[in-house]
Amino acid sequence: MIDLLNALVVLSNYVLIPALAYGSQLALGALGVTLIYGILRFSNFAHGDTMAFGAMVTILVTWLFQGWGISLGPLPTALLAIPFGIAATAALLLTTDRLVYRFYRQQKAAPVILVIVSMGVMFVMNGLVRFIIGPNDQRFSDGERFIISAREFKKLTGLSEGLAFKTTQGITIVTAVIVVVALFWFLNRTRTGKSMRAFSDNEDLALLSGINPDRVVMVTWLIVAGLAATAGALYGLDKSFKPFIYLQLLLPIFAAAVVGGLGNPVGAIAGGFVIAFSEVLITYPLKKVLGYLLPDRLEPDTLVQLLSTDYKFAVSFTILIIVLLFRPTGLFKGKSV
Amino acid sequence: MTINYKNIGLFFLVACLILGTGFVQSWNTALFILNMGLVSAIMALGVNLQWGFAGLFNVGIMGFVALGGLAAVLISMPPTTEAWAAGGLRVILGLSLGAATVTAAILVQLRMAAGRARTLTTIAILIGGFFIYRAVFDGGVAAVEAVDAAGTGYLGGLNFGGASYKDWGFMTLISWPVGGLLAAGVAWLIGKTALGLRSDYLAIATLGISEIIIAVMKNEDWLSRGVKNVIGLPRPVPYEIELQESAGFIEHTTALGLDPVTSSSIVVKLGYAGLFSIVLVIVLILAQLALASPWGRMMRAIRDNEEAAEAMGKNVTARHLQIFILGSAICGVAGAMMTTLDSQLTPSSYQPLRFTFLVWVMVIVGGSGNNFGSVLGGFLIFFLWVQVEPMGAILMQILTSGMAEDNVLRLHLLDSVAHMRLLTMGLILILVLRFAPKGLIPEK
Repeated sequence: MIDLLNALVVLSNYVLIPALAYGSQLALGALGVTLIYGILRFSNFAHGDTMAFGAMVTILVTWLFQGWGISLGPLPTALLAIPFGIAATAALLLTTDRLVYRFYRQQKAAPVILVIVSMGVMFVMNGLVRFIIGPNDQRFSDGERFIISAREFKKLTGLSEGLAFKTTQGITIVTAVIVVVALFWFLNRTRTGKSMRAFSDNEDLALLSGINPDRVVMVTWLIVAGLAATAGALYGLDKSFKPFIYLQLLLPIFAAAVVGGLGNPVGAIAGGFVIAFSEVLITYPLKKVLGYLLPDRLEPDTLVQLLSTDYKFAVSFTILIIVLLFRPTGLFKGKSV
Repeated sequence: MTINYKNIGLFFLVACLILGTGFVQSWNTALFILNMGLVSAIMALGVNLQWGFAGLFNVGIMGFVALGGLAAVLISMPPTTEAWAAGGLRVILGLSLGAATVTAAILVQLRMAAGRARTLTTIAILIGGFFIYRAVFDGGVAAVEAVDAAGTGYLGGLNFGGASYKDWGFMTLISWPVGGLLAAGVAWLIGKTALGLRSDYLAIATLGISEIIIAVMKNEDWLSRGVKNVIGLPRPVPYEIELQESAGFIEHTTALGLDPVTSSSIVVKLGYAGLFSIVLVIVLILAQLALASPWGRMMRAIRDNEEAAEAMGKNVTARHLQIFILGSAICGVAGAMMTTLDSQLTPSSYQPLRFTFLVWVMVIVGGSGNNFGSVLGGFLIFFLWVQVEPMGAILMQILTSGMAEDNVLRLHLLDSVAHMRLLTMGLILILVLRFAPKGLIPEK
């Protein structure tokens, strides 16, 4: 019985909690991608760098607050700075839409042209972020490091295995839940949200019933700015902020959106957690967990690590391919071009 | 055939830019831009084949370029005999077992009737095969990597020149087509699984594949030494030091009034430029012939209207697979050439912005669908990629000249000049797409 509990604690410590936090970040990112796909109808390659931009503004404002001596006590100051990150990202995205994307929308350009355009936007945003904050690692988390540390947990429960729950992980999960609830309330209960869903389902019909497309597009970019800046800041807070990391996040985020079904918000969240849990579980050495669960005789002598951590891309990619081959519209029904 | 003065003018302009670099900065820089421009032009031709001819959206170029680089190592480096003795065969056996597992799983999927039995058998084969593969493979890898880890620690290549393997420079030339073949093989695998998908999905799938290829090259030390890099590849051209020691060379250069050290490196770079030009001309001629042939017309017909082409009895999927493999192979050749030019393989230097998206900028700016456009784009964009930084530095000096020497903003701006190139490339791409969507040399 104690062994079982210990195994559970090890698994939570190294797999479940990190995957839950990572999954929340991916889900927020994938929600942005999926909304753009549903309403503006293209895969936005600039999304990773949009996240980096939001995180960067958050970091700069956090530093400013820290310099002024403003803090949230045990919570990281970055939480206060996120709204500023969102505002700046919203301004950036609306400007980009006005200067770049709107032209192609009016032309009714093919989606693939918009994807190539978004590659250009990606370059510009990536350059902008590196230009302002540089290509290096930035740390900006402060406040209490742990909600519960491994040592406290051991003392509290008397188990031989510790469970560490980082503040940043807790904040990530709580924020993600709040954002997702707010988003779904907005999409399902408000007039604007309903008009967005109508626009996504059938553009012509939505236009006929008097929905203002410019307004829908604007609201979409605003929501995407909120999601991207929050996801970017949370990821930076939980792991660390490096501009090029966000470009690499593009793959798991896209995989999450596609696995869930492109254009489907529920799918994006499910996809985020599917990708995160598989990635962490497959790249984590399970020796310790199995050591507690199996009788001594069967205890494995290797690490039982299915893949080295460097191959985490391979995990999201494999899931992506399997889903595309066997269920092309994703786990939840998405749209197809 | 009419003479298109605008196009000739554009090529003349790019030639002037490169020559100007030679006169103003140094001939070494100019030749570096020329050589990398040649390689970039070949990559752009490969991507143009896929995108311009057939409308395939491939964002995994980096992966194919890296595979070409891997081929350069696998062909031109000497084999590590001790490593082969220690675990070479076991590694090969492990890989074959892995391949056999996948093949068996695919056969089961194809041959057995659909149902629970098939699913269970497939899963059993995959899981069982995976553990057997790991058991055999891991031991071999550990043995290979233990052999002189600081010096070799990998299986090496197929250069049987022995101790004087560096004299077997021609092996690098052989590695170029092999790089193409390797890239083609991987492209076949990807194409088989992903080409049936919609354009967006193909893009995401190729993006994933390229990241995986780089991850493999970074981590499989037995194959490519991973992040320890392979340095000192043999060269198809003489070494500078050999030239500097040859009496005839010194005599010629001093007769011309040149410094033997500088001119030796210029001669070496010119040697590369000659070899690369031959490849570029061959690829360009083939691409032009293909464009004008019935096959090229069919490809464009498929690109412009898949349903109509299918209704006319064209096998769209097979044609897509064909052109995907061809384009990727060309990128592989270019990748092998680039590694030859560098004389080293550094897996961590492969960045998607540089090797995937920059090639896309070349194709779009040059003019998708036009081979000459791609060549022009390759040279022009690579020139800008190199020169934006010094130009940006001068611009920043002028902009900040009014500020105090130790002004924080001024120092930050001067420091960040290096990141101007990404910004500039993005702006160029966006502006070209907006105001000249067909590129500098449009498709006819």
